[in-house]
Amino acid sequence: MRRGLLLLPPLAMLALPFIASAQDMPGSMQAKNNTAEGGKIFKEICAACHLPDARGTGAIPALAKDANLADPAYPIGVLAKGKGAMPPMDDILTPAQMAAVITYVRTNFGNAYPQPVTEADVKRLGKP
Amino acid sequence: MNDVTQPSRRQLLTLIGRMGGAAAMYQAMTALGHAAETQFTGPPVLSGAKPGASVVVLGAGLAGMVAAYELEKAGYSVKILEFQDRPGGRNYSLRGGDSFTESDGTVQKVTFAPGNYVNPGPWRIPHHHKCLLHYCRQFGVALEPFIQLNHNGFIHSSDAFGGKPMRYREVAVDFKGHTSELLAKALGAGALDQSVTAEDKEKLLEALRNWGLLDANMAYTSSVHVSSQRGYDRPPGGGINGAPTPSQIAKLSDVFSPQVWTAMSFYFNYVMQTTMFQPVGGMDMIGKAFAKHVGKSITYNAKVTKVAQNGKGVTVSYQDVPSGKVNTVSADWCVCTIPLSIIRQVEMQVGPKLAAAMKAVPYAGHIKMGLEFKRRFWEEDDAIYGGHSFTDQAIGQLSYPNDRFFSNGPAVLLGAFTSGAGAFQLAGMTPAERIEAALKQGEVFHPQYRKEYLSGVSVPWTRVPWILGCTSRWSEENRAAHYQNLVALDGRVVLAGEHASYYGGWMEGSMLSGLDAIAQIHKRASAA
Repeated sequence: MRRGLLLLPPLAMLALPFIASAQDMPGSMQAKNNTAEGGKIFKEICAACHLPDARGTGAIPALAKDANLADPAYPIGVLAKGKGAMPPMDDILTPAQMAAVITYVRTNFGNAYPQPVTEADVKRLGKP
Repeated sequence: MNDVTQPSRRQLLTLIGRMGGAAAMYQAMTALGHAAETQFTGPPVLSGAKPGASVVVLGAGLAGMVAAYELEKAGYSVKILEFQDRPGGRNYSLRGGDSFTESDGTVQKVTFAPGNYVNPGPWRIPHHHKCLLHYCRQFGVALEPFIQLNHNGFIHSSDAFGGKPMRYREVAVDFKGHTSELLAKALGAGALDQSVTAEDKEKLLEALRNWGLLDANMAYTSSVHVSSQRGYDRPPGGGINGAPTPSQIAKLSDVFSPQVWTAMSFYFNYVMQTTMFQPVGGMDMIGKAFAKHVGKSITYNAKVTKVAQNGKGVTVSYQDVPSGKVNTVSADWCVCTIPLSIIRQVEMQVGPKLAAAMKAVPYAGHIKMGLEFKRRFWEEDDAIYGGHSFTDQAIGQLSYPNDRFFSNGPAVLLGAFTSGAGAFQLAGMTPAERIEAALKQGEVFHPQYRKEYLSGVSVPWTRVPWILGCTSRWSEENRAAHYQNLVALDGRVVLAGEHASYYGGWMEGSMLSGLDAIAQIHKRASAA
């Protein structure tokens, strides 16, 4: 093989969109989760990792009594963009669903931040 | 030198590269036989290792064990620390008698009959994953076909076909037929005359007529001809009633349900194409085969707590989990295969670039469920032998066992394999709730479910304590910002694992990354 043919280094070639389908994955398309209620969204999405009582486990942080929730910008940023091992949730939850579940967590599990988070807040603060 | 009408291969590739970018050129090179289908060309040749040189490997998954195997072969002294009490990492199988403890302490006991198993992690091997296949061949791991594409599996969508499951064969043929008719109509109306020459238009119409099974009017309609691909109402037989009767094609609007093209597109993926394989008896046969060769170097139940390094070597602190006693291991070099999802629990003395990369990569959370039934009703009643049925419900899909076809007695099928919202939804449930959901959703395909059900186990990877996730999920932005920093030797420490590869979630990626890690170490060690 004539290496001179490679106009770009191999890694640049691989960093292309078709790699997105290189993972092992199910061959189905999921129905959209249309749940609107914050508590239900917590149960159906967040509890998978943070556990139903929000106490977290191992490297997964607790959301119970979480001072980080005082400023809505923090949880909005985490949901919209991901953080550490947590993937972004923008492909699963709409801004309205994110607002509902953040509001729920901010007012439950020993958290008392009564000011609701709105869809507009999520759209404003969750931008990439 | 070169005929004007016959561009040289080089000219052609340069042209393709200019016009279509790197991806097009890479594909063209592959087609012309220039580019290899895998990066594996054989095990590494690590000649001239310095006597007494040592490496500590963190993790006895496939990345760690292939690294250890090749290092030992080259003359390095190797020690492996493994958190669990078994080799293999995500390469493992659950059988009757095994138990699985979730991160919240919930214990599930597996009660499958002897010989039955579920592979909670990797479960299928593409024919082009040559590195993995190389070691399977070398270690004598028996492989059998993994039935990937089964035309007789089901496709289900809540909002198409009246919610009724359809055979993959039926919807794929209908999709092909309806789209062919539409394209033929557009061509006939001259709508594409700006895009195709008159000659190509004729060729394409001929292709559509045959490919789409169109009738004399270039329409896709129910007929025995169409049924020769999508199946019959009464199949061909012998004697008096030998003549077949056609099946009725599905409506165009149903056929364009995303579930249909998602499944069709799925089978086109490079990593999903036939032929695929699985080890006979369970995926963990691979991990066990490696452990036969490197097992004597593994310390089990070792929880790594700290990796310290200086210019001379690496010192790893670990806790013996049963006793709580803290020990240390020192070596010249370290290969760390601990998943990024839990590596933050380890105090790692590495540079800022690697430290940032380790924190940057999110993990996907798949779930798998194994359900044992009294008999193979999917074979006996539905003529499904291996392969998959897909649904838009949380369980995602069913996958049927690929081994011991036609056998009597209990058998295990994969009752859920899903990621994203469906996986989170199931993971958030108790084990009993997950089983109930899997039975309820799976009944859509197989009404025999309740009557034949024996037992089940669910493995939600977000609740697997030693990884808290399933596979790394790189974005292109993260790749650009962090990948090279993640895989580069940092002083005397190098990371390996599926997360340090472009084959995330595949055993091939883990192993190629393990081999690259030791090649880096060997190069640096030889230069020193």
